Amino acid sequence: MFALVANQKVVIDWPCFWVVLGGSFLPRGVYTVLLFKMQFMLLFSRQGKLRLQKWYVPLSDKEKKKITRELVQTVLARKPKMCSFLEWRDLKIVYKRYASLYFCCAIEDQDNELITLEIIHRYVELLDKYFGSVCELDIIFNFEKAYFILDEFLLGGEAQETSKKNVLKAIEQADLLQEEAETPRSVLEEIGLT
Amino acid sequence: MSPSVPLQEMIRAIRSARTQCEERGVIQRECAAIRAQFRQADNGGRSHNLAKLLYVHMLGYPAHFGQMECVRMIASPRYSEKRVGYLGAMMLLDEKQDASLLITNSIKNDLSNSNQYIQSLALCTLACMGSAEMCRDLAPEIDRLLRASNSYIKKKAALCAVHIVRKVHDLGELFTKAARSLLTEKNHGVVHGAVVLITELCERNSETLERFRKTVPDLVQIMKGLVISGYSPDHDVAGISDPFLQVRILRLLRILGRNNEAASDAMNDLLAQVATNTDSTKTVGNAVLYETVLTVLDIKSESGLRVLAVNILGRFLLNNDRNIRYIAMTSLQKIVGTDHNAVQRHRGTIVDCLKDQDASVKRRALELSLALVSASNIRSMMKELLSFLSSCPPELRSQTASGIFNAAERYAPSQRWHIDTILHVLTTAGGDVRDETVPNLIQLITNTSELHCYTVHKLYRALLSDISQQPLVQVACWCIGEYGDLLLTGECQETEPVQVTEDYVLDVLETVLQSHMSSPSTRGFALTATMKLSTRITENVDRIRSIVSIYGSCIDVELQQRAVEYNALFKKYDHMSILDIFPELFLDKVYSVKLSFAYNNNVQSAGLSPPLCGVSQVCDLLDLLGGSEQPLQPSPALGSAAPPIPVSAPNTVGGDLLDLLGGLEPTPITPGLTFTYTHNELQKQETGRLTVTLTASNSTESDIRGFTLQAAVPKSVQLHMKAPSGDSLPARGTAKVTQMLVFTFGSQNI
Repeated sequence: MFALVANQKVVIDWPCFWVVLGGSFLPRGVYTVLLFKMQFMLLFSRQGKLRLQKWYVPLSDKEKKKITRELVQTVLARKPKMCSFLEWRDLKIVYKRYASLYFCCAIEDQDNELITLEIIHRYVELLDKYFGSVCELDIIFNFEKAYFILDEFLLGGEAQETSKKNVLKAIEQADLLQEEAETPRSVLEEIGLT
Repeated sequence: MSPSVPLQEMIRAIRSARTQCEERGVIQRECAAIRAQFRQADNGGRSHNLAKLLYVHMLGYPAHFGQMECVRMIASPRYSEKRVGYLGAMMLLDEKQDASLLITNSIKNDLSNSNQYIQSLALCTLACMGSAEMCRDLAPEIDRLLRASNSYIKKKAALCAVHIVRKVHDLGELFTKAARSLLTEKNHGVVHGAVVLITELCERNSETLERFRKTVPDLVQIMKGLVISGYSPDHDVAGISDPFLQVRILRLLRILGRNNEAASDAMNDLLAQVATNTDSTKTVGNAVLYETVLTVLDIKSESGLRVLAVNILGRFLLNNDRNIRYIAMTSLQKIVGTDHNAVQRHRGTIVDCLKDQDASVKRRALELSLALVSASNIRSMMKELLSFLSSCPPELRSQTASGIFNAAERYAPSQRWHIDTILHVLTTAGGDVRDETVPNLIQLITNTSELHCYTVHKLYRALLSDISQQPLVQVACWCIGEYGDLLLTGECQETEPVQVTEDYVLDVLETVLQSHMSSPSTRGFALTATMKLSTRITENVDRIRSIVSIYGSCIDVELQQRAVEYNALFKKYDHMSILDIFPELFLDKVYSVKLSFAYNNNVQSAGLSPPLCGVSQVCDLLDLLGGSEQPLQPSPALGSAAPPIPVSAPNTVGGDLLDLLGGLEPTPITPGLTFTYTHNELQKQETGRLTVTLTASNSTESDIRGFTLQAAVPKSVQLHMKAPSGDSLPARGTAKVTQMLVFTFGSQNI
């Protein structure tokens, strides 16, 4: 008894388990873990220079560099009208180009590519609101702020706040706190009175 | 927030470096300055220094000396320093670094800080790079925060818990209760975090999954609220209210509804509502629809809903946006097995996508098209696939070729069509087919005896035009060798016959032999073909002899060996039955097996007197004729084991071909000598193994001694012969010889 499943012949000796390759649609009795996770996000220029890298999986520096190099090469080789999704190793890569910057996310097998595009877009909107018409130079010269904004939007690879307004408000507050921390202490404080 | 001037100055300096060498110089100087600053006592510019170092790190330069500084900065009371310190920790201190353990205590303290932004830093860092140990240490803290804090912290704590569960699965137990209560909150961020956490908990533990099934009605309520509610400016994206949360809830519903009728029923209406009401003009709407479709197809949905989902995918296929077409095909690929007919309806669009510019879309379309091939559409699909093969990107060629072969094998409407298709593939993409193609094609041609003439004509013509595609050349050479006589008759029913002389044919084979494009194995084919023609042609045998003897001194050892052996054959024998046409070989690829054993009795009359002498009988596949008569041969077959012993009674010899399918057929070969073959029930066999038991008995008047069985099998089959029970067959069937043979069929695909 055979089944034709996703173009692979699977021989079934009754009773046994069905194995569907590559899919998540399983008949009764089989249990797999669906994997949804963003593994990393990279921002790089059209010349391949890295502008931001956020890793949500533990990898050595060497591995990170290797992955970055390969992925940058692969994405830069794509033509303008091509699909925003590509399969790379065992991950799905979702990328989009905004002006001179490529925003590239690596997600796991079962994740929804379209919503990842929306996440990328939301991040760009946040940057845009924060810097006021953001351009690549803003991200170069204020890279630490780009990170702070990202960390206020995504946590551990998942979106933490779905309201744009709330994210920006939180950043504003944190910035204020930083300003206060950096202002020099008043003269009185310095000589020990209050 | 005011920019960090020292940082920006350094960035400017680095960017203005004109060469890589200059840049390295600038960076080395800066790093030296940073290192010096680190060693100094507390000064106001610590955060700037670390920020500089992080920039340098992002450019790819080593920055490990900043790790301890990060640890120190995290412990600082100043928020500005903490912020950069934590950023540094996330960039420089992954869990593989030893120094990462040092920050556990700081994180712990910061988690209880009165300032929520400091708490937030700690949570973010833990969720990004927390190792298993850190997670175990801090899990109770996170649990506390999940219950008693403001929503800003709760949502972060939820996602931090997700990370903890991913790292240490057992800790999931700890968060179950808190997660449940978070679902009732109003804040979208908290609900989102809760849903992600519950998803993770359910994925890891089936008991937790059972418990959370009760939340399906609540989730349905929340989702309804989002879908039906009016415009909410905070969370709206192009008319969809909080798509991120919607997608997450749908995902959770999918996991809860899987394999569970009750849960699936509870969400049926909602899914139908979302599927029909979501606006699909923008990507965000399509993202929600996509998730809905995935959910519907995964749970136990009713058929109406399933049809709705497949229709949505069908609509996606027609979308202008390439991304949407791509994911539509990915999803259809997953269900093509279970909902084959539904997907068939969209076959036309899928086949059109083969012509898309994008390689990813092409790949998806190819996989899906191959899955949709069936007996009814084989001809039209094959046309499309063959035209795709001629223009497809190189990385897809071998997949296309093997897909075409598989499809052709399963659904070929006629033998001729099958052969034509394979030949077409070999001419277009000969370099990308797998090795097994050549023997498989040869077997196919052998078995289609009515098309031998047609095939050899086609291959001859193909060979005339192009000898660079090795598989094609190999098959062509073999064919010409086997059926060259058909080529020379100048007649053919199915196609225009060629008018060639023997010289022309030999010319072609010689060209292949001498061409630099031919691989060694191709040359071997050509040489053997030339040799075979010596029994099929009448005039140019000398030419063949000379070709063969030239190669007796060829550098290639294989060719040299062949040539030398053929030379020997020429010298010794006038009629070489070894070179006659192959019999039909049937090897059905999956289960049923037809084995052909040919039996020939080799006897040498040496005038010894008799009775009771044994005769050696060799089962010899090579020595076969198309006809069934063969006179007693003085020539021994190659590889005979026992020396021939004279026999008194002349036995009639038949080159009978024995088919054994269906097992228990006693087939007399010579009067008196009986073989029976039995095999196990095919259905119960493990895939690809067949055990045959051979029983031989002798009912003649004389004993037979030195009885051995030899068998040959094609390359794709492995034969394991167990030891026979004996080698003599006494007269009148008083005892039998049994032997077991085990056939293992290798990979079945071309």
